[in-house]
Amino acid sequence: MVTGRISLCFCLLLAFTGPSFAQTTEADRLKAELEALRLEFTNRIADLEARLKTVEAANATAASPAPLPAPPAQMGGAPASSSKMFNPDIAAIGNFVGAAGKSPGGGEPSLEFNEAEVSFQAVVDPYARADVFLTFGPEEVGVEEAFITFPTLPAGLLMKVGKMRDAFGKINASHTHVVPFTDRPLMTQNLVGGDEGLADSGISLSRLFPNNFAFLEATGQVYQGNSEIFVAEKRADVAYVAHLRGYRDLTESTNLDLGGSFAQGHNDAGPDQTTRLWGADLTFRYRPLRRSIYTHFLARAEATWSRRSELTGPSSFGAYGYLEYQFARRWTTGARFDTSDRATDASITDKGASFLMTFKPSEFSLVRGQYRHTRFGDGVKSNEFLFQFLFSIGAHAAHPF
Amino acid sequence: MSTRSSLLTVAFLSSLLAAAPSTQAAGLKVVTSTEDLAALAREVGGERISVEAIARGYQDPHYVEAKPSFILKLHSADLLVVVGRELEIGWLPPLLQQSRNEKIQIGSRGYLDASLTVKILDIPQGQITRAMGDVHPLGNPHYWLDPGNGRRIAQAIQAKLSELQPTDAAYFAQRFADFDRRLLEAEKRWDAAMAPFKGTKIVTYHRSWPNFVERFGLDVIGYVEPKPGIPPSPQHTIDLIAEMKKVKATVILVEPYFDLKTPNSVARETGAKVIVLSPSVGSEKEITDYIHLFEYNVNLIVGALKGAVK
Repeated sequence: MVTGRISLCFCLLLAFTGPSFAQTTEADRLKAELEALRLEFTNRIADLEARLKTVEAANATAASPAPLPAPPAQMGGAPASSSKMFNPDIAAIGNFVGAAGKSPGGGEPSLEFNEAEVSFQAVVDPYARADVFLTFGPEEVGVEEAFITFPTLPAGLLMKVGKMRDAFGKINASHTHVVPFTDRPLMTQNLVGGDEGLADSGISLSRLFPNNFAFLEATGQVYQGNSEIFVAEKRADVAYVAHLRGYRDLTESTNLDLGGSFAQGHNDAGPDQTTRLWGADLTFRYRPLRRSIYTHFLARAEATWSRRSELTGPSSFGAYGYLEYQFARRWTTGARFDTSDRATDASITDKGASFLMTFKPSEFSLVRGQYRHTRFGDGVKSNEFLFQFLFSIGAHAAHPF
Repeated sequence: MSTRSSLLTVAFLSSLLAAAPSTQAAGLKVVTSTEDLAALAREVGGERISVEAIARGYQDPHYVEAKPSFILKLHSADLLVVVGRELEIGWLPPLLQQSRNEKIQIGSRGYLDASLTVKILDIPQGQITRAMGDVHPLGNPHYWLDPGNGRRIAQAIQAKLSELQPTDAAYFAQRFADFDRRLLEAEKRWDAAMAPFKGTKIVTYHRSWPNFVERFGLDVIGYVEPKPGIPPSPQHTIDLIAEMKKVKATVILVEPYFDLKTPNSVARETGAKVIVLSPSVGSEKEITDYIHLFEYNVNLIVGALKGAVK
């Protein structure tokens, strides 16, 4: 463009200077002017070339990053409203359960807003984050969990302090809204603290054992010793939980998850009487990555042995097996098989089977139906139909896998 | 009895503490949330760093499972590069929290949000609710699908690598300059190939392509999804077919992780062509790096549009 203009100037000048009949003085003046112009342009071009060279050199050595096109107005930026930035993530999860059919012990009410869980989650400071989960049941308000997590302690430790669900097996550590059933298995009901499960105030330490073969994590927890099955009459009656988890990817779509758990605390049978629990869990998962939102398969077995020190005779055993298959983007079906001895009498065994169907309109709500057949150890049978509506609003942090 | 078990617990806890901390690999260990970021990190870092991605290129990056094996990757990472804009909100936070790695926590030197220096589109204005589907309140996170943004990400990675491994700063700078040059050349090629199809009306499955279509001048007139993240509904599909017929949209772009049933039936009704476009490096075997990603997509689109427009 510049050269174009220059040549245009030259042409015009030449056109004016062309006629020879002009006065010599005038011609000389014009010549001088032309020469001055030429010089100026040569200098300018040389200057520009020199500048271009330095820029190119800078690019080649890239001492400074290459110049980028000017950023548009919306580049980067933080559109979030700053007044709310330090508020914790708040979410509410509602769980409505309905039941039909005869059940000996009363079972679930016909229609019940079973639980509203409200969560507050945020980073505390550069060293910790906190998670608070409050539950509002039909009759009581409680703290389901409220703990501070120190994720980056020395020696690869992760510490949690507060009220937590005990790291005993898979199902006990899960909040109600992530349990894939409308109820909890017989094993939980009979041996691991009923619907509430084991949750207590305590301190938890866990550590990874990095190796090339598998994910290995060990957790040790100390609790006050007061939860559904544990009773602490004095300060020394603390409860202990230990959990070991192994996980390995078999392929990119399949994996195996293995856990072993132990819990011990004092029970209500008298001073110095204890309950010990041993647990084992095994999960196989399949989810093809290309179709991950459309299908998955899961098989899980979890078993618990419970031993109360005041009782002689065999330990009580409880277990469930669960199969889950997602056959469409929003549809999952499943089946669960239950067996569990009673905690105080291993000779009475309850058995059950459930079939489930879950419809998820989106990741924030679901509707679930469950047919549950139970054969109680004392001879009573029940056939029930349960259904559940679950919804979640707000920002709820993702749950551990 | 209780003293014995207390002793056992103490022994157990101290054994947790006693185990030796993990050993570190030579060179900076970079983990990225997606393969696109990994590819860009490789362009800049070359053999002086090691790079691993979490999500695969043929996987829906919104729905990645937070597998414990990823915790191990993060545990030993020196730098974590994320797409940001809440793309990974469903799976990265629990992984990060359990990684027990101070270096890569949000706000640490080893945490790089690649979206902070790029051009972001679709930042919602006004009130947003989940009635709009899975809207991303901080803007569209599929921004890497504009080569200009690829360059910006690479530059941000170059700056970060130089900060963390200053002895190799000149090497990273030289590699970035080389990538920049190759990308510039390729862009000229892509622009030339796409130029005849400026303004062509297309439909996409998900809103993954705003940066791509803006860069190459395509006009998205509708989506197979009625709302982001919401699966196709019959009424929306009927409306979409009518709209496509009206404005003569000839191509439907689908990401490799979506079902082709609805796009195919829309295509049958409208005569449009379904193209499975690659939103990420690694979504097809031959897409081994960032430049190949565009090479592949531009070739596919040009091939389809040549046939369709005639």
